[in-house]
Amino acid sequence: MTSAKIDESGVSVRVQQLRKSFGSQIVLDGVDLEIQPGEIFVLMGPSGSGKSVLLRHLIGLETADSGEIRLNDTRIEDEGVRDRFRLAMVFQSGGLLNSLTVGENVGLYLSEHRLKPAAEIERIVQEKLALVHLGPKDSLKYPSELSGGMKKRVAIARALVMEPQVVLYDEPTSELDPLVAVTVGREIVRANAVTRATTLVVTHDRDLAFGIANRIAFLSEGRIVAVGAPEVIRASQDPLIRRFLSADFTRD
Amino acid sequence: MLVLFGATLRALPRIFRYRRNLAEQLFEIGNASLFMACVLSLFIGGVLSLQAGPLLAQRGLGSMLGGLVGASLAKELGPVMMSILIAGRIGSAMAAELGSMRVYQEIDALRTLNIDPVEYLVLPRVVAISLALPCLLVFSLLIGSAGGAFVAALNPEVAVSATAFFNSLKATLEPRDIIHGLIKTFLFAITVGVVCCNQGLDTMGGPRGIGRSVTKAVVNSIVFILVLDYVITRMLLPFTKASMAGGF
Repeated sequence: MTSAKIDESGVSVRVQQLRKSFGSQIVLDGVDLEIQPGEIFVLMGPSGSGKSVLLRHLIGLETADSGEIRLNDTRIEDEGVRDRFRLAMVFQSGGLLNSLTVGENVGLYLSEHRLKPAAEIERIVQEKLALVHLGPKDSLKYPSELSGGMKKRVAIARALVMEPQVVLYDEPTSELDPLVAVTVGREIVRANAVTRATTLVVTHDRDLAFGIANRIAFLSEGRIVAVGAPEVIRASQDPLIRRFLSADFTRD
Repeated sequence: MLVLFGATLRALPRIFRYRRNLAEQLFEIGNASLFMACVLSLFIGGVLSLQAGPLLAQRGLGSMLGGLVGASLAKELGPVMMSILIAGRIGSAMAAELGSMRVYQEIDALRTLNIDPVEYLVLPRVVAISLALPCLLVFSLLIGSAGGAFVAALNPEVAVSATAFFNSLKATLEPRDIIHGLIKTFLFAITVGVVCCNQGLDTMGGPRGIGRSVTKAVVNSIVFILVLDYVITRMLLPFTKASMAGGF
């Protein structure tokens, strides 16, 4: 999964000199990134390095102190950008609304914006749930009845309903056992193949990153340390990356 | 909080779109509060009769007890007590629910789906509480008056029959007194709704943050209710003076 497949009709994401502080704490310290249309780009780094904050800037949940983000040539702060570009995000916790069933969660975007008639929404919901290996019975369940892995898959289905041009995943395999993590990783690759959406995955899961990425960026203390194909990152001699990649649990 | 109030007002014309959420919230408020509101009102009416009845009877004014209980319930105790009850039962639940949605990223998820959390979550709650609370006041007035009449008839120090009690109530209480109470209750309801939703949306810091938000929502609501009570009473005073002169 290492050869970048560039989709000329897709959306590129360009981050330039992005800075963000919370009080005196600098979280993003001049981040520069360019993500090609249609690729799976993984942002890897230790906890607290600013990965999720960067993701929240990309979807418009945070405002930068300085710097800019562009989707193709459009600044993300520009008016109507969310009408021109469909961006979806899969949250670390899933972000499913607990008061709605799985089916209602997945169809929420279509029903709230009245984009399709009810019968058509139901068909699309079942289609997207099937893409993540969930059936009609699952659509009647509430999020509280689902396992962690199922919640992540429902969140992916909800993102796919938007027919997104850019999909952002925040720690998609956190709190999952290795078997479920592999399944979620496969769903990300499959979703990317189906939608051709530009995909940015934030994770500190090394197996996931090297398993699904076209390219990887390594973020540490709010700065990009390295960007490249997985084999380039794996071969990096940067001490931070070496320490992160070689960290292992051994008993004294 | 004023920003949230403004955003809710701007969203008001779209309330019909959220009629399902509105119906759910109305059911929730009625279901959770009606019984408690009736019990509370019954005893407030009873206590008013118990306290004021002997004092009026000693001065030969026992026959005016119904008017006093009715006016107190309609204009002051009903609106304030019902609003405090709703702040405690419904406002706290609103703050907890929205706080939990904030902490567990449900509100962020709504934003990423291009759904305005104010329209989707706050508007139905504020409208529901603003419709339900005045209805509760009407129940409170009816049940509270019954409680007052019951105590007035049974207490030998008062010994005012139910008929005399309700005759006094009818003679004293004017529609404008009830409107006075309804206006107050409506404004208290909006305040409780906005304060509690605002507190919920501002929640930070996990489960402990939710607890803090709930406490602040209820305390702030009660403070706002009492401050507003004085302000609204002062503003409505010229309109109720005539009825006071006629009754008391």
